[in-house]
Amino acid sequence: MSSFYGVELKSRLLLGTSRYPSPAVLERAVKASGAEVVTVSLRRESGAGRAGQAFWSLIQSMGVRVLPNTAGCHSVKEAVTTAHMARELFDTPWIKLEVIGEADTLQPDVFGLVEAARILSEEGFEVFPYTTEDLVVAERLVEAGCRVLMPWGAPIGSARGLNNVYGLRSMRAHFPDIPLVVDAGLGVPSHAAAAMELGYDAVLLNTAVAEAGDPVEMARAFALGVEAGRAAYLARPMEPRDMAVPSTPVIGKAALGD
Amino acid sequence: MRIFLNDDMHEVSAGTLAAALENLGYGGRKIATAVNGRFVAAAARPRTELADGDKIEVVAPMQGG
Repeated sequence: MSSFYGVELKSRLLLGTSRYPSPAVLERAVKASGAEVVTVSLRRESGAGRAGQAFWSLIQSMGVRVLPNTAGCHSVKEAVTTAHMARELFDTPWIKLEVIGEADTLQPDVFGLVEAARILSEEGFEVFPYTTEDLVVAERLVEAGCRVLMPWGAPIGSARGLNNVYGLRSMRAHFPDIPLVVDAGLGVPSHAAAAMELGYDAVLLNTAVAEAGDPVEMARAFALGVEAGRAAYLARPMEPRDMAVPSTPVIGKAALGD
Repeated sequence: MRIFLNDDMHEVSAGTLAAALENLGYGGRKIATAVNGRFVAAAARPRTELADGDKIEVVAPMQGG
């Protein structure tokens, strides 16, 4: 059971809702993943448009909790205003805070992120900051009021997995009591399992499922990967060694040599 | 007067944000709004008077990662 701002969840997989081939596939993928939280966003809609309303009806029918994001925001002002709109639209204090600082990698602008996190936390938001594995930034985010940290595994949509295992491991060791979520960059279930084996509380992913050849089956595979990684972490893996140790006892081995 | 809604120009008679949204087809819709970069809550729309040249943003739920 993971806990985010007092909300306990059985599933440790948070799933994005973007880039699926169709709303029907999205619905089936969410169900197959077992996710209880899905990320959503907000975009302009014309007076004649109905896409947003249809999407919202679909999400509501799934019975999942939503985590709105500030995706695409490049300034504190944009992110804060987007968060205000999201809070009203989705009726939740939760906000996945993204302040993007660099277009090629979509790397967080950690300076703007800390500033926006402070503003929003003081206004009662429950902030899920999309950040890097930088410990100093993470400390500032906690000081700003964040009670969850979401370091990237790799750039959004890159499917590269955990680029800095040492950094992520350090973060887990440094913040034993803060829920940590690897957010972004995962490509295959083994990446999710690796994050969970480090002791992370959950993973958040989107593109790896949505752009798989079979998103529904990949959603199921990620659920298994997360479950396996968590079970392995709780089972306390053995320490790696430099030299081989025979797993089969040599005592009592038949003497068959010359 | 002229207002800009999601960058599109519209001619509207003077009035509130709520009235403009109703006239432009947003009545009863699940939307959030900002005027000139500042969030305007749904409850404040009926008392938010628009001025010529105002820039209005109207957003709705959308898929996100």
